[in-house]
Amino acid sequence: MEQPVVVIVVAVVAVSLAAVLLTRLVRSRLVLGTTEDQTTYRILHTTSLASPELRAGLSAGADKAVRHLRELLATPAMALTDGDGVVTWDGVGANLHVHDVRRHAARALDGNTDVLGPPAVECNRLDCPVRHAVAAALTTDDRVAGALIAYTSARPSAGLVRAVEEVARFVSGQLELAEFDRERAKLAEAEIRALRAQISPHFIYNALGAIASYVRTDPEHARELLLEFADFTRYSFRRHGDFTTLAEELRSIERYLTLEKARFGDRLSVTLRVAPEVLPVAVPFLCLQPLVENAVRHGLEGRADPGHITIIAEDAGNEALISIDDDGVGMDPDLARSLLTGDGAGDRVGVGNVDERLRAVFGDEYGLVIETAHGAGTKVSLRVPKYRPGVHAT
Amino acid sequence: MSTTAGIVAVVLTAVATVLIGMYGVRAARTTSDFYVASRTVTPWWNASAIGGEYLSAASFLGVAGLVLAYGTDMLWFPVGYTAGYLMLLVLVAAPLRRSGAYTLPDFAEARLESAAARRAASILVVTIGWLYLLPQFQAAGLTLRTVTGAPQWAGPVVVALVVLVSVLGGGMRSITFVQAFQYWLKLTALLVPVIFLLLVWTGDGRPELAAPGEPVFEEATSVEVTIDVTVEVPSRVVVVADGSPLVLEPGSHDIEAGTVLDFPAGAPIPHAESLTPMTGESWALPLTAGGDHPLYATYSLIVALFFGTMGLPHVLVRFYTNPDGRAARRTTLAVLGLLGVFYVLPGLYGALGRLYTPELLLTGRTDAVVLVLPGRLIDGVAGEALSMLVTAGAFAAFLSTSSGLTVSVAGVLSQDLLHGRVRNPVTGFRLGAFLALLVPIGLALTSPFLGIADVVGLAFAVAASSFCPLLLLGIWWRRLTWPGAVAGLLVGGGASTVAVVVTILGGPQSGWIGALLAQPAAWTMPLAFLVMIAVSLATQQHMAPGVNRTMVRLHTPEHLDLNRGDWDPEDRWRT
Repeated sequence: MEQPVVVIVVAVVAVSLAAVLLTRLVRSRLVLGTTEDQTTYRILHTTSLASPELRAGLSAGADKAVRHLRELLATPAMALTDGDGVVTWDGVGANLHVHDVRRHAARALDGNTDVLGPPAVECNRLDCPVRHAVAAALTTDDRVAGALIAYTSARPSAGLVRAVEEVARFVSGQLELAEFDRERAKLAEAEIRALRAQISPHFIYNALGAIASYVRTDPEHARELLLEFADFTRYSFRRHGDFTTLAEELRSIERYLTLEKARFGDRLSVTLRVAPEVLPVAVPFLCLQPLVENAVRHGLEGRADPGHITIIAEDAGNEALISIDDDGVGMDPDLARSLLTGDGAGDRVGVGNVDERLRAVFGDEYGLVIETAHGAGTKVSLRVPKYRPGVHAT
Repeated sequence: MSTTAGIVAVVLTAVATVLIGMYGVRAARTTSDFYVASRTVTPWWNASAIGGEYLSAASFLGVAGLVLAYGTDMLWFPVGYTAGYLMLLVLVAAPLRRSGAYTLPDFAEARLESAAARRAASILVVTIGWLYLLPQFQAAGLTLRTVTGAPQWAGPVVVALVVLVSVLGGGMRSITFVQAFQYWLKLTALLVPVIFLLLVWTGDGRPELAAPGEPVFEEATSVEVTIDVTVEVPSRVVVVADGSPLVLEPGSHDIEAGTVLDFPAGAPIPHAESLTPMTGESWALPLTAGGDHPLYATYSLIVALFFGTMGLPHVLVRFYTNPDGRAARRTTLAVLGLLGVFYVLPGLYGALGRLYTPELLLTGRTDAVVLVLPGRLIDGVAGEALSMLVTAGAFAAFLSTSSGLTVSVAGVLSQDLLHGRVRNPVTGFRLGAFLALLVPIGLALTSPFLGIADVVGLAFAVAASSFCPLLLLGIWWRRLTWPGAVAGLLVGGGASTVAVVVTILGGPQSGWIGALLAQPAAWTMPLAFLVMIAVSLATQQHMAPGVNRTMVRLHTPEHLDLNRGDWDPEDRWRT
């Protein structure tokens, strides 16, 4: 009984040993290539580790990035500074030298590469390897954003100076991208602001006109409409929060439609079919409003007979399905496509913006879907996941 | 009950479920009048829906069967099933709703800000879902067999098909209404017959439910054995088997399916091998049932049921429908009331079953007591109609629980485990639904039949040893970290799952080992808590960066106006 067990154990150990040895051999030679190749791969890997940190910007990512950058140059110490408040140090001698970084960076911050000798760098400890320094400028858009300083014990070779400059150039590139990211985020925010401000002047003008027409004939109705209008504007101009609940968004749309109905009377009819299960779903603020506005505008455009708008919100497992459907003139599918890609003229307010925001928040598979053709009406539908990290209605 | 009536009841329930699922949404909501948005699901509707989804085959059939076989100890099942909501109400309901999470993996991710925690939670949701679906299918097989004589595999397949059709055909669009309807159907299906049963019992002069001594056939009884069974005959008895006399000596006997045995009045009832004969006294007294360590087993069961409810995947998704934390609490309170009313009934069936359908102890199919009783006690059309009603109720129990579970498991499968492999989300969900049903059906058709409520109890044990610590510590302890949570989930969930699998596949063991494996919650839940706390304390550097913000969101009532840490786009221009 015991013998087979021993045999099995030995066999298992032997096979796994052989497998481990074989994989090491194969990986080191065939898969990973020669030593030079492997060095290249290692450097590329280190670079790839540094770039996401740098993409967060110098103030946020410098302290993590500098470790990888030092690994690239293999110097005893390295510092990154933006020439202002931010100074990060990696390697030996941090407590002795970190106050001097800004002084060492002075010339680099003017845009020149600077090689500093022991008089400027060394401290009173004899065993400290920080004796020489190479400082290179980090630039974004022709503007100096900071400096990278590599410290060595021996006089830096020309090769090292060149390497420091190359690394500084790489960092500059990443910082430029970080700048770009920030600009893009700012732009998106500005767009939301614009969208809020844009609750179109036409609409405000028309709504007030419609209310005015009731003031004498039906003052009570006029009062109700004015209150709706007040609530609608308060919601649309609210200043906090990226997200809201579907319930809030739909409530605002109902107010909007009440006002539009006051204006269009029987020409506009609306069906709302909302599954109560999806009312608590968090959606980007003002993501439906522009779509409904378009549906009203284009559903009634160029026709005398009544137009009908259907708004549906359904429960579908982990997601909510929302669609806004009008039976109006429709449009060229190509035009719809260009609206979504953002090339179109600003005719349909905000459709591209809504699409972009949905994608930015929930991922690319959650964009708008537009089904349309000439004379066939337009149906805009979207899916919203019930939960996404960081998405909370406020 | 005639076969036709049974089939009619099953078909009616299935059709009503699918139709309400598909068209309820129109009937309830086609409207052009305004303020639809303010018509959120009221706590009352929501509570009915939770009740409908929660009352599974275990509650509808299993509890009565257990009470019939093992007596008062088993009343802990209905008590525990209900009391679980007390724990939810006090500790979890409102903060969970405020977290914005739809599923348990969502909660893990929101609180711990870690994809690894999400993944671990997903795997456990699927495990618990499968474990919970298995007894539903087995019960469906039992029911269909009892009322129509269909083969054992027919029930699981029929239920799975109806669920698949309604889930894939968009039948879950008005899930709240479907499930609420199912709750009231189930309540009616137990309540109306039990009134008649009690009237009959009173008419009989209220015979004692637990007569002293071991159960005997009060009058000459004919028993048809539908599935092969091994019985333990206590003393020599002369029966008529398929028309010819037969002497059963004491000892165990194998009886083939299809045999009809006629017992004389006063004969002691041979018990199926899986059951222990109990005297009336021990049936009526707690902690006297078989098993080696009844006290431990009872406490472990209590722990599993009290703390397992909060970890059931299909229950938590219903909480999302509440507009805020306050509504979540009110819903839970209503659920407590609704379940409290419902759970009075199965115990009555079990007790009356001991008196009127003791032959179930011979066939071992005590879970069928609810289905058999009305037809046995009430003759004619009335009995037929009542049998149809309980059949419909039982079918509603399988459908509602298994469709709710299927949707939850399919959602998790498609979102967390198939994501990236299947591009189209609709296809992903369908594939998820298919997988969610396929595995438990395979298990139901191949694994030995255990008591329905027992297997559900095991699912509760896994939930109590994994998600309960995650939720309680996640909500009430700032220092929980993702490595701690994952370690706790793996250790607690893993240990209880292993115990469950050993029990299901290997059958009951004896001694302490058997007790610990059959009722693992009492040691796996504290173990999971310990591991979670210890590992969290050792890995404080992995605390979620946004934990303070998350805690504020979880614990502050919505109507308080305070900074919940949301991003304000205007800030950038102000500073």
